[in-house]
Amino acid sequence: MNTTIMLFLLQDGITNGAIYALLGLALVLVFAVTRVILIPQGEFVTFGALSYAMLATGQVPGTAKLALAMGIVAFGLDLFDIRRSLRPTRILRAFAFNIVLPAIILALTYGLAGPKTPIAVNIALSLLIVAAIGLFLYRIAFQPLAHTSVLVLLIASVGCHLALQGLGLVFFGAEGLRGPALSSAALTIGPLRFTGQSLAVYGLTIAFIVALWLFFGFTLMGKALRATAVNRLGARLVGIRTTLSGQIAFLLASLIGAISGILIVPITTLYYDTGFLIGLKGFIAAIIGGLVSYPLTAVAALIVGSVEAFSSFYASNYKEVIVFTLILPVLVLRSLAAPAVEEEKD
Amino acid sequence: MNQRTPLIIFAAIMAAIPFIPGVPPFWIVLLNNIGLAALVAMGLVLLTGVGGLTSFGQAAFCGFGAYTTAVLTTAYGVSPWVTLPLSLLVSGIAAVLLGIVTVRLSGHYLPLGTIAWGIALFYLFSKLEFLGRNDGISGIPPLSIGGFRMLDPGTIYFAIWIAVLVSALLTMNLLDSRTGRAIRALRRGHIAGEAFGVQTPRAKLLVFVYAAVLAGLSGWLYAHFQRAANPTPFGAHAGIEYLFIAVVGGAGYVWGAVLGAGIVVILKEILQSYLPYIFGGQSQLETIVFGILLVVLLQLAPTGVWPWLMARLPIKLARKTPDTSLPLAARVRAPASSAALLQIEKARKQFGGVIAVNDVSFDVRSREIVALIGPNGAGKSTTFNLITGVLTTTGGTISVLGNKVDNAPPQEVVKLGVSRTFQHVKLVPDMTVLENVAIGAHLRGSSGAISSMFRLDRADEAKLLAEAARQIERVGLGDQIDQLAGSLSLGQQRIVEIARALCVDPLLLLLDEPAAGLRHMEKQRLAALLRQLRDGGMSVLLVEHDMGFVMDLADRIVVLDFGTKIAEGTPAEIKTNPDVIKAYLGAAA
Repeated sequence: MNTTIMLFLLQDGITNGAIYALLGLALVLVFAVTRVILIPQGEFVTFGALSYAMLATGQVPGTAKLALAMGIVAFGLDLFDIRRSLRPTRILRAFAFNIVLPAIILALTYGLAGPKTPIAVNIALSLLIVAAIGLFLYRIAFQPLAHTSVLVLLIASVGCHLALQGLGLVFFGAEGLRGPALSSAALTIGPLRFTGQSLAVYGLTIAFIVALWLFFGFTLMGKALRATAVNRLGARLVGIRTTLSGQIAFLLASLIGAISGILIVPITTLYYDTGFLIGLKGFIAAIIGGLVSYPLTAVAALIVGSVEAFSSFYASNYKEVIVFTLILPVLVLRSLAAPAVEEEKD
Repeated sequence: MNQRTPLIIFAAIMAAIPFIPGVPPFWIVLLNNIGLAALVAMGLVLLTGVGGLTSFGQAAFCGFGAYTTAVLTTAYGVSPWVTLPLSLLVSGIAAVLLGIVTVRLSGHYLPLGTIAWGIALFYLFSKLEFLGRNDGISGIPPLSIGGFRMLDPGTIYFAIWIAVLVSALLTMNLLDSRTGRAIRALRRGHIAGEAFGVQTPRAKLLVFVYAAVLAGLSGWLYAHFQRAANPTPFGAHAGIEYLFIAVVGGAGYVWGAVLGAGIVVILKEILQSYLPYIFGGQSQLETIVFGILLVVLLQLAPTGVWPWLMARLPIKLARKTPDTSLPLAARVRAPASSAALLQIEKARKQFGGVIAVNDVSFDVRSREIVALIGPNGAGKSTTFNLITGVLTTTGGTISVLGNKVDNAPPQEVVKLGVSRTFQHVKLVPDMTVLENVAIGAHLRGSSGAISSMFRLDRADEAKLLAEAARQIERVGLGDQIDQLAGSLSLGQQRIVEIARALCVDPLLLLLDEPAAGLRHMEKQRLAALLRQLRDGGMSVLLVEHDMGFVMDLADRIVVLDFGTKIAEGTPAEIKTNPDVIKAYLGAAA
């Protein structure tokens, strides 16, 4: 193996790793705030990517309709929750948030979609659609279960994954799609050629890590989210709206997922079920990062990406085996290092 | 109604189904699938619902069972009956190896870890040459007894359901035993169990291996039912689905596994066959509906269907009352001497820069009640944790009857005859008072998992339960013996903890705020009980805030303030000690 191949593999690994890092960050974020292990994170990726790819061909993706449908269900749940005090202002607020908002998004999509729509508009539309789906997903599936155990939340999360993946097949078909690149610029340093796409991947990943770190470390909202994660009841007693925290976490996670999807869909063909495996690799990074540390997760994601790139070169048959076994030595180290002193969790 | 009657009725119904004229053969196939899924889910019930260890990787253990028999029967012509123990062994060994790595992980690491190696194993199955890669292995011989070959679903049906029923019986036997109580205590944290001698890591590994062996059995049956094995049914999605089944049925209940398997398998079948008619042939619609139904079901019944159903059943199963006349061998006691029973010399505990216990020295002699008092944060509970091995000391020595115990694990300390209660009650709320108290007698029994499964432990078990019942009677909770511990008032739960500690047959009883939450009369009864224990030869060290209670009861009092001992003496001396008054009431007093 020569240096050039190594550099190529490393570059490939870092590009993939940056995507895993984004997903890993989102997973850590959602788990830390809501205790949900977000298996459908992969679906946010495919929904974002494939909506973008369909918009690029001038079609209206089914996800826009899904957002409205989920909004209607969420409206029904909201009405049911406030059934004892049905005041017009509350009903109107729920109506505006759950029905008017996704309806506007759907109308915008119909109005703007076309073969000549600029890339930036398509990106904005895909992000809006997926963000709405993420918000309503929390409202419908997880908010009613917020008090239950991690296990129940996990199973519900798997249920959401199955449903969304099935919907993905309905919306996008079994054929894979590719989207147009964000920019055609390229930069050559020595033997390596950096496309504008991969530079965007690096840039956005770093920007997100810094932004999340600032958000959680230095803003009141970020601290409120962390407080919710540690103790829901305690957070409520000091006036933090835990439901809002959950919504914000899901909003951020779905946005991050959609952005990752839009970043990779010009590089590789995505299928309706690709998200699951991509999301799981984000998981590996998140677990290595211990589900708490953002920088550690990012570093772990780069390692996962690089290991994947190298093993696909040397032992492509065992690529997945190697990537998923990567976690075992880490788990061993963790189990040796930290004596379990957690108590009484249900 | 007897405990066994429902099982016999269920077995009879299952045995009769294939003989009912007009039962479509397809139903039998479905029932076979239900049985296979129920076996895996039953392991998960024990692992996840009872033991609190969530695993997404069970499908991989099915794979070990299935591929072991597939390779051995097709490539080497080994008889399926010979491969049965080998399949179970391979699954078990795989579980030991993976379990050593994973079961020590706590909380959410465990399920995530199991997803990871579950997927890795799936890819390994689908890439290995000798396992036939993605195509798998076909042409596996059917099970046969003599010349009778189980070729069609209707015959292997019996093999599958006998396996399910026997496994259910063995699992229930296991849960209803000394080892079972240790397993059931796992979910509530390890400190309480370990204080009574339970080897928590070993118990976790045990359930992990048990669940894997059940999955391996299911895999072995699957291979001989399908007569082929390929990687798909052993992948991540299958692993997730088994966990579904357990949760939908009711994750803590053996029969919940069977019920859950029935619900999920039939639901999937109905969705697969009818949805295309309604929506016109759209593929994958069933996964959408299945996913949605699952979320809805969890929102309506987060604890599963089985407990929901049981709560509505008019028939209640009778509990056997233990025969309290059975004796349990008592601890061999050294002849009474004036030497200290518990000797603490310059014990020290630092958490980073905080000195929680600062070179504290005192002793407890035999037949003596010593009270440890002090304002909140004085280091009383930390001292208890140092004595019982929950925390390790930073310095100093602690010895019981001359044996140094500092930094021995809790399981060793309790063997010396030191038992305790906890400031924050640590009972298993969904176990009865009797079962909770019997955990205290853990070290006085010897039956292991295998003997419990085959009911060879009954003599041993009856003695343990008899002892537990005697201690419950002794503390005055005889009427509550069959109630769930979680349904008692907090004060009563503290008394249950005392009964559990008494089951150790201790020389020294450590009580952490035993009177908190008790009414006046109950406190007097508790004081009388403690005096009676002292007169019977036991020593008591207690932490308590109720000064009236302490002053009346204690022979000697040790006062801590900010981790340092500030006074020691008889109640009369302590009452007038200026340092103590200052610590409690401030300088001005």
